[in-house]
Amino acid sequence: MHELPVTEKILETALAHAEQHGLSRIHSITLKIGELTDLEDRWLNHYFDYLSKDTIAAGAHLVVIRVPIVLKCNVCQTRCETTKEKMADEKCPHCGAEQRFSILSGREYFIEEMAAK
Amino acid sequence: MTTELKIIKVKENILADNETLAGELRNRLRKNNICMINLMSSPGAGKTTFLLRTIEGLRDKARMAVIEADIDSTVDAETISRTGTKAVQLQTGGFCHLDAAMVEEGLKNLDLDNLDLIFIENVGNLVCPAEFDTGATLNVMILSVPEGDDKPLKYPLMFSTCDVLIVNKTDYLGTPFTDFDLAVLEKRVRNLNQDINIFALSSKTGEGIGNWISWLATNNL
Repeated sequence: MHELPVTEKILETALAHAEQHGLSRIHSITLKIGELTDLEDRWLNHYFDYLSKDTIAAGAHLVVIRVPIVLKCNVCQTRCETTKEKMADEKCPHCGAEQRFSILSGREYFIEEMAAK
Repeated sequence: MTTELKIIKVKENILADNETLAGELRNRLRKNNICMINLMSSPGAGKTTFLLRTIEGLRDKARMAVIEADIDSTVDAETISRTGTKAVQLQTGGFCHLDAAMVEEGLKNLDLDNLDLIFIENVGNLVCPAEFDTGATLNVMILSVPEGDDKPLKYPLMFSTCDVLIVNKTDYLGTPFTDFDLAVLEKRVRNLNQDINIFALSSKTGEGIGNWISWLATNNL
């Protein structure tokens, strides 16, 4: 739902890096986005195309790598991968504990790299 | 002549600017011994009534102010102002959440040397406000009984980022209008956030409000 301000920031960051490296055309930007966030690829792309159209990033491809939600059981330290829908009803697959988890990943909002000329 | 495609390692957190500013705001508030509560919920969960009850309960203990972020309306700010508490209305221009920069604007209208407690009434939404640090020292969410005990399954991020969960409208429990199960809710919430503080109360009848007020006064004022 807040893809617009997030996309503005992605574009601003990519343009700043292009300028810093003296590059004139951005071909793709790779993002790492956690599964726990609510960012939708479709809207990221839609806003990115709109915002970038008069810049050196026009037509650039957004590559979204989804980072899975990983929980750690605080009783037996086992790690397990889960989904947004299942995590509130999750049990530790090793010791069966509930309500004793730490969230290790899934909240990423990260610009990893970009390809440019 | 073709130039070769270069891979630039960017490695930047998209939310870094907001998180830095939020951290600065939090330090400023802590230096002034101010507790700032970011109050989040869906529309209609009872944020304003809950705030009015809390303000009433702390009237003699704390100097308070409210930053209101209801979308393009001043209704809530006017309701709060009638209690004599200073209320600053932020016009979020249709944004789905508050960020640290908007809260900083609100803080400019408040006298931080003469306050103990600031409430931010965030935009009614269980999705977006969870992603943006406002600089608050305490994140509090309200879930009201009519919304259902399945909400942690739908909005896990919100439940996982809050320090306090207020279960509001408990006067509905045990009536034919709901099959909400407080034990089921608590189990789901603690799966997402084992240390969260949970207070079940009714802002309407006042039942349970006392536990919340004493916890807040003891731990955060």
